[in-house]
Amino acid sequence: MPFEPVILFFLLGVIAGLARSDLKIPAVLYESLSIFLLLAIGLKGGVELARQSLSELLVPALVVVAIGALLPLIAFPVLQRLGKLSRADAASVAAHYGSVSVVTFAVGAAYLANLGQDYEGYMVVFLVLLEFPALMIGVWLAKRGQGGSNMGKVLHEVFAGKSIVLLVGGLLIGWMAGADGLKPLDNVFFDLFKGLLAIFLLEMGLVAAGRIGDLKRAGAFLLGFAVAMPLFAGALGALTASLIGLSVGGAALLATLYASASYIAAPAAMRIAVPEANPALSIGAALGITFPFNLVIGIPTYYWLASRLEGVV
Amino acid sequence: MAASYTRRTLLTVVCESSIEARVVADAKHLGAHGYTASEARGGGQHGERDGGWPMSGNVRIEILCEAAVADAIAAHLQKTYFAAYAMVCYLSDVSVLRSDKF
Repeated sequence: MPFEPVILFFLLGVIAGLARSDLKIPAVLYESLSIFLLLAIGLKGGVELARQSLSELLVPALVVVAIGALLPLIAFPVLQRLGKLSRADAASVAAHYGSVSVVTFAVGAAYLANLGQDYEGYMVVFLVLLEFPALMIGVWLAKRGQGGSNMGKVLHEVFAGKSIVLLVGGLLIGWMAGADGLKPLDNVFFDLFKGLLAIFLLEMGLVAAGRIGDLKRAGAFLLGFAVAMPLFAGALGALTASLIGLSVGGAALLATLYASASYIAAPAAMRIAVPEANPALSIGAALGITFPFNLVIGIPTYYWLASRLEGVV
Repeated sequence: MAASYTRRTLLTVVCESSIEARVVADAKHLGAHGYTASEARGGGQHGERDGGWPMSGNVRIEILCEAAVADAIAAHLQKTYFAAYAMVCYLSDVSVLRSDKF
């Protein structure tokens, strides 16, 4: 199995963080890199989308979103009943795990590219569509029967948030310009992508190492959940992919999307809409455990699962 | 001509960046005429907030206003945000020029 080298940058960041190195990625660079990555992923998806008939995408997209929406609904009672988390905490963690991580997706795509495995270019559309339903479900779960759900603020936070603006914006620009139109921009957005992803992962390693303290507070149940939930969601993703007839690469990426936990959009939305939820729990689990787990073990596992399931359903 | 100073209150709020927009909107609603915001780093009960990534971003918001307005804003912040967010807020007496601005 070829090892995806960008992961080594993440591990370097973790080691530097644990060793209390003075290495720090400036906040402006983090912001700049995330803008770049989101735009580039959107553009790449848009270029692929331009080769695609949009009407054929409608039914698969609905299936992917509907099954994806089950994830927070399954996670919530598990967290609340078995994990003894408060309603707000259980809802917030469920929202994080129902939503998706763009960087995990990017590493999954890089992993497939390394293997020479093709995947459907419109997976980026699924990435965008899967980002927000879980956040709304999370707010609904937290505020059920209480009134004042802040849903308007959440909608604004999510749809005007930079991840959706840049992903959707990139998607539209790529779709309108097409591969030929974007050619002059290839040097910046596509050729530099992996190197900048590597630097971003170095920073994420530093941030993840900083969450280790939070994990001590999270307790054994949440630690187990942070590994079991992505495996369950990944399997569900691989099955869903078979159902809608995705290629092995597409199935591996859909499994990766379902398995990933958001640590950019979800924390921001939950902080506004469910302030009583403790962010240390959800971010600690999503970023401290699930993100590294998916990078190192999850993605190869989902790929393996996708190749085993090919043509079974 | 000697400068003419007037006593005003400086309300300083240090809080999570995620609620900056809401705190500013609330303060304006309660009578603040303006504010100054700057990035901040620090640590306390909510852990280290080093500003390394968005969720650990901190901001310091300074508002010059009349004492009654500062009181009203501080009371509102206490009621609305203290329980769930990393936030400290303190008042100081200051002398300002052009008091009509505040």
